[in-house]
Order: sequence, then C-alpha cells, then structure tokens
Amino acid sequence: MNPTRKRRLIIVALVVAAASLAIGLGVYALQQNMNYLFTPSQVQAGRADHYKTFRLGGMVKGGSIQRSDNSLKVTFTVIDAGGAMPVEYTGILPDLFRDNQAVIATGHMDGARFVATEVLAKHDATYMPKELKDAMAKAHANKKIEEAAAQDKTP
Amino acid sequence: MARWIPLWLHKLGSPPTFYRFAGALRPWMLALALLFGLIGLYGGLVLAPPDYQQGDAYRIIFIHVPSAWMSMFIYAVMGVAAFIALVWRIKLAEVVAMESAPIGAAFTFITLVTGSLWGKPMWGTWWTWDARLTSELVLLFLYLGVIGLYHAFEDRRQGARAAAFLAIIGIINVPIVHFSVNWWNTLHQGSTVNLFGPSKIAWDMLWPLLSMTLATKFYYAASLFRRVRTDLLALEGGKDWVRKIAESEART
Repeated sequence: MNPTRKRRLIIVALVVAAASLAIGLGVYALQQNMNYLFTPSQVQAGRADHYKTFRLGGMVKGGSIQRSDNSLKVTFTVIDAGGAMPVEYTGILPDLFRDNQAVIATGHMDGARFVATEVLAKHDATYMPKELKDAMAKAHANKKIEEAAAQDKTP
Repeated sequence: MARWIPLWLHKLGSPPTFYRFAGALRPWMLALALLFGLIGLYGGLVLAPPDYQQGDAYRIIFIHVPSAWMSMFIYAVMGVAAFIALVWRIKLAEVVAMESAPIGAAFTFITLVTGSLWGKPMWGTWWTWDARLTSELVLLFLYLGVIGLYHAFEDRRQGARAAAFLAIIGIINVPIVHFSVNWWNTLHQGSTVNLFGPSKIAWDMLWPLLSMTLATKFYYAASLFRRVRTDLLALEGGKDWVRKIAESEART
C-alpha cells in the first residue's frame, strides 16, 4: 500500500472510531434515562414520580377487563412480574387489546389509579396459524391432564 | 485462493469491464427478482394461513420485513463502497456508493409507510417515538443527506467523496436500528426471524418471507446495475470506450 493510501486509511479509520465512540457514549447515556415506559412495579417503587404523564407498560391481567354499559369507558389491571395497577381508559382500543396481551398506556396517576389517554397494544414477535395455536394449546392441556393422572397413580 | 480472483476483481473495477458485466447480468437479476417476488407474494398473500392473533393484517410483513432488511443491507453496501472510494479513490466504488443511496432511501420509505399502516390497527397509533421507529427515520434522513450532499457539488467526484464521508459515519446507525429493540423498552416487537437460534414464525409463513427477501436482493442488484451503467457513461463521457458504444448504437 502506498503512503498516500495508508494516510487516507488512517484518517478515515480515526474519524470512524471517533464518531463511533461519541455515538456509543451517547447511546449508553440514553440507556440510563431514556425510558419509553415504566412497569407497574417500577411505578410503585417511585421511579415515575418525577413525571406528570408517562407510559405504563405490562400485561393485561386475565379477566380484569370491565367495559361500561353506556360509554366507552374501560377499566383493567396491568401487571408485571412484581406489581399490579388498575387502569381507566375512555376510547377505542386497538385490535390486539385482550386478556394477557402486552399493552402500553400513556397517562397520569390519579391516586392509586392510572388514567390513560392512549392505550397501545404491543405485539409479540410470534407468528403462527390459528390451527397450530389451537393444536399447541390442546397438546399443552393434554400434557397437564397426563401429568395429573401420572401424579394420581404414584402413591 | 486462486490466482485469477484478485486479477479478475481488479479488472472488474475498470468502468468499461463493469459496464459490460453489469449489462450482461442485469436481465437475469431482474428475471430472478420477478420470479421470487411473484412466488413470495402468492405464497404470502394467498397460501399462507392467517395469524392466530392478527388474522390477515399480519400479511404486511411480506413487504415490511424484506424492505427493512434491505434498508440496512443497502446501507452496509454503501458504507463499504464509500470506504473503498475514500481510501483507494476507485471511481466504480464512488458510483456504487452514490447510486445505492436512492434505492436504499426508497426501501427505508416503504418500511416506514407499511409499518405505519400496520401500526394503526394493531398498536393503535400511526407513529410513536420509540427507539426502533426513530432510528429507522434517522436512517432515511442519512440516505437523504448522502443524496443531497452528492448533488450539492459542481464536481461530481468531489461531491461523491464528501457524501462518502457522511455515509461512513452514518453506518453507526445500522447496528442501532438492529439492536434498538433489545437495548430499550420499545413498542416495536423484537426479531422474529433469527439466523442463530429458532425463529418464532411458522414455516408456512416463513418461506414466502424468505422468497421476498431474495426478490428484494435481486431487485437491488438489477436496479443498481442499471443506475451504475448510466452514471459510468456520464462520468466517462469523453473516453474511447464510451465513444465506441455511442458509435455502435448510432449505426444500428
């Protein structure tokens, strides 16, 4: 490699290294304080106290969805591994909103209740046909029955 | 490595050789793109079963995901070509880098639009400032910046060098786009198809997706070859080989 090219190579490599370092540090810093959402246990631990409005993320607790008869008001409970929070929302919910679905709600705290102005459903990364899902659920249920039967047999 | 490979690559770097090479390969690339595209679309839109949660709405992934992969793949190609252009000043590398940018920008735009169309019914919003969406938007602006900077100079080669610098620095955004769903809590879901480890998608849905991925790759090659050929003719306008082509075209 001739000296001119070598010099250019070094200059380009240095510029890229410097830019990577700057952006890498920026990204690292953002990881500390860029929170798209808080989970119920984080909110209950006081992590979201500085924010007037913030996003609450977690799973909709199975069977907790209650719709009002004469308005669009919906109440449900959002849970994570270590906490639960009642949420109130008035409006149209996305298609994927259902029991045990991950959701992200934007809003503010009103006492112990979270009043949402927007509810988004988070989609997981799994794609499969309905028949397969049903078959899997069935296999899962059968396995449970077999296990229970096996446990009954053992003295 | 066989001796002839470096020699062949060296020859391929010369504009007239690449002009002929790209011209010979382009129809094949286009035919393969059409073939895989039709197979992928038929498989994805007709044969693949509906999703257990999303029903038919998930079918946007057959456009969205291949486009998103291409938006990053083309940026990587552009970055490598820009690096070669800056260090070795190879004319062909400059042209490849600069002509990749509009194709990459188009794929990025398609990714953002299809994602937005899907996001409204599924998530409940057209747009949200989460890390994946924001970094993909930054990728679009980087492409537009490279295109703009290239055309801002009177001298095309000088413009190519300035834009190549921007392209190289912007390549840092590509891993950010890819890993954003792991590094931050985002609304956008994580990766479904994994090179290492099991993919979270049924085979009936995966093969049309892979077919579409091949189609977009071949389309990129076909489109790039055509753009590079045109650009080479413009850049080398005064040279003998271009004059010969012009003369033979005039005769027929």
